[in-house]
Amino acid sequence: MKEEPILQVLHASKSFGGVQALVDVCFEVKEGEVFGIIGPNGSGKTTLINCITGFVKMDSGEVFYRGKEITNRPPNYIANLGITRTFQIMRPYYSLPAYKNLIIPLFSPRARRKGGWRGGGKLGDRATVSIDILEEIGFERDSFVPYKLASSLPTGYLKRLELARCLALKPDIILCDEVFSGLSMSEIASMVPFIEKLQMDGITLVMIEHRLRELFRVANRVMVMNFGAKLTEGIPEEVMEDERVKEAYLGSEKLLDYTFEA
Amino acid sequence: MDILIYGIVNSFSLALMAIGFTLVYGISRLPNFAHGAIYVITGFGVWWFIHKLHLNYALSIILALVLMGLIGAGVYRFVLIRVRGMATSEIIATYALGLAILEFLRWRGFKGMTYTLPVFIEGSIQIAGVPIDLQRIIVIGIGIVVISFMWLFTHYNKTGLALRGMAQDEHAAMMLGIDSDWMALIAMAIGSILSGLSAVVLLPLGNIVVEAGYNVLILSIAVCIVGGLGSWGGAILAAFMIGFVQILTVRYIQSHFHMVVALLAIILTLILRPSGLFGRQKELEERV
Amino acid sequence: MEEKYEKVTSTIERRKERLDRGIKVRTEGIYAISSLEEVAYLLLPRLILITGLLLLPALIPSLYWKRVISITCIYALLALGFDFLANFVGLVSLGGAFYIGVGGYMAAILNKYVGLSPILTIPLATFSGAIICTLLLLPALPLRGVYFAIVTLMYPLAIARIIEALNILGGTDGILGVAGFPSRWIEQYIIILIIIFALFGLRRLVNEDIGLVFRGVKDNDQAVRASGLSITLYKSIAVFIASGLGSLGGAYLSHIYMWSGISQFALDFSIIPIAATVIGGGGTLVGPLLGCFILVPISEFLRAFGTLRIVFYSLILLAFIMFRSEGVMVYAQRKYHQFERWVKV
Repeated sequence: MKEEPILQVLHASKSFGGVQALVDVCFEVKEGEVFGIIGPNGSGKTTLINCITGFVKMDSGEVFYRGKEITNRPPNYIANLGITRTFQIMRPYYSLPAYKNLIIPLFSPRARRKGGWRGGGKLGDRATVSIDILEEIGFERDSFVPYKLASSLPTGYLKRLELARCLALKPDIILCDEVFSGLSMSEIASMVPFIEKLQMDGITLVMIEHRLRELFRVANRVMVMNFGAKLTEGIPEEVMEDERVKEAYLGSEKLLDYTFEA
Repeated sequence: MDILIYGIVNSFSLALMAIGFTLVYGISRLPNFAHGAIYVITGFGVWWFIHKLHLNYALSIILALVLMGLIGAGVYRFVLIRVRGMATSEIIATYALGLAILEFLRWRGFKGMTYTLPVFIEGSIQIAGVPIDLQRIIVIGIGIVVISFMWLFTHYNKTGLALRGMAQDEHAAMMLGIDSDWMALIAMAIGSILSGLSAVVLLPLGNIVVEAGYNVLILSIAVCIVGGLGSWGGAILAAFMIGFVQILTVRYIQSHFHMVVALLAIILTLILRPSGLFGRQKELEERV
Repeated sequence: MEEKYEKVTSTIERRKERLDRGIKVRTEGIYAISSLEEVAYLLLPRLILITGLLLLPALIPSLYWKRVISITCIYALLALGFDFLANFVGLVSLGGAFYIGVGGYMAAILNKYVGLSPILTIPLATFSGAIICTLLLLPALPLRGVYFAIVTLMYPLAIARIIEALNILGGTDGILGVAGFPSRWIEQYIIILIIIFALFGLRRLVNEDIGLVFRGVKDNDQAVRASGLSITLYKSIAVFIASGLGSLGGAYLSHIYMWSGISQFALDFSIIPIAATVIGGGGTLVGPLLGCFILVPISEFLRAFGTLRIVFYSLILLAFIMFRSEGVMVYAQRKYHQFERWVKV
């Protein structure tokens, strides 16, 4: 893990009408780490991702990628730099089969640059590459699954398709918005090694999650948000011992014993 | 000075035309491309009541407006409700309906110079040395009345407040027990009545021609886009902006330029500030 | 496979099951060329279409109706463009007349004032028309679909009125004295060839990689942006293609009638492509073609009734939309590729 931060967010603020979604959020992500963002519902986590990746214009603040400012740039520009994201509400291209879903990101300038595709007809390079990518993330190669229409795939596969869409761009950093939500325990169990493999490949991961136990298995550091502001950050064990964090999740009236299992 | 007076008249005319369109769009996200058709059919309706049924002028107007409200509600209840939610189909449906009505009127021979509505009050007066007919004053008057009424209605009447709630956030309104279909129906009815009202007030200034239907549609859309689709305050402000620019071009450049102004207004708005004057950013793109 | 449930009696339930025909499944892979029957299954519909189109002028004796065929093909170009934009890119183009008018006027200007012959004016008008239309529609492209619809609706109406009011470009009389085609057969067959190429070209395009990007823009444009592609760019390319087809039709029209005027911005050109697509079957690219061949001849019959024919199409269009009818070709394709049977639950 290198020491220089790959992603820096400084004083990000955003309000929608009267609602303050982000209040002066600052944090850094080091290259190669898995950085978790947690917090109760409505704490602004998805808005933060939207602001970083350019889908929503920030009211104030800056975002730096490897030292270069990318504040409020258009989403496709940011994606071409190597910063990809998944969507919390998954919307694959329903009318296309799974593997064709990947041909679209493979068409982007970044994929073309990094992969060196030339042309590619109907059965050309891109289709083969997309099947390869699908196999990497767990679609069985010789089955009919990659060829099924995206509208007929179950959630587990769709989540992986989202990640595959990011991988097609050969990203440096993936911002995952609740990839574990909606999955069963066994599906998560098969996703975790995949996340670890991504980290080993050198990809930085920023993961918004609600499933804390699974997240803490992979995360190096974690940031807690509440009501649009950053509460605290640090390694998972320390963060969960923080009184304010417990209060944010559980409320100050109740005092439940939450023991963190490493 | 006359620019000021005629500018105000023109602005109020535009505002009257546009307010029906922006109401329907603001509340149910339905662009009612039949707006112009309703304008024209009101005019012909009133004419028919007066000349064929020999009704009193005021009665004809009231009857026509009520009829428009019913037609608007009927259009929603029988046509639009089936295509709610499918943006493409909504657009095509209202467009087809508007075309059917207008071209039907054109076929029946309702074109040309022979159809006019009498003005409410004959004569003209002088304001600051500028002669202006009373009908135009009435346009201003009715404009002010309508705008104030709509403001009061949506701020103090229960139904009006419900409509405003729908306009702001449809799902939240539904959660509070507001029936979105019923509200959209009311919106369509009121929008049609407003369109008819603007016809009743403006048509006496000229003839009733089918072309007016398309012109009204373009002008209303221009006003609504410049003001921000769905924003009532924006529509009024935009009406004034466009209204004055039109009068200025008619005076200083050439008299047929008002359509060019409308077109340019739309293009410039889309390039420079797509959400319009008071539109909300989320109108532009899907929420992520 | 789709299912419909039906209670036949109070105790037995059956459902309707649709399965792909065996021959369709067999033809899906490369082995399709192994049997004559399978090759026929794939080729026959296409052959019928192509030979039908090519033979049509020979079968119709009347000169008037031969011209109607050409006009139908021009409408078909617009309808193809509409279907492509609406069902493969997600942009509803309410004013096909815009493309026809721009292309028509460009061709007339290039011919009369620059002195180029139809062989040159038609391609040039196609290309320049596409550029002009795309540039004029550009402001609406990054925005939501309704803005595009509004702008395409407006342009033909506004431009027609502007030409009339300002009396430019020939005003209400239009540009007269445009050159015609060297021979009737050329006039007749070039457009048929154009439509065949356009149809099969577009069909091929939507299955190419770039076609997938278009379809992605329709399904979920935010995901396309997150994948590093600029949706404005790809929408522009799609609009360029569709407006190019329309401009081509307009240019051809100018040379057929040897005249270009405001009526090229007429509502017929806006509404017939939409009605043809909805009736013929949207999303199939061949459905709109069929729709045109149904509607345009009917329109000719109805010419005696004046603008009532526009009322007629509008109402049919409305009915189809209201009752969510899928269109002739979609129905036909389903019947061809799948069979239905009742299955006991």
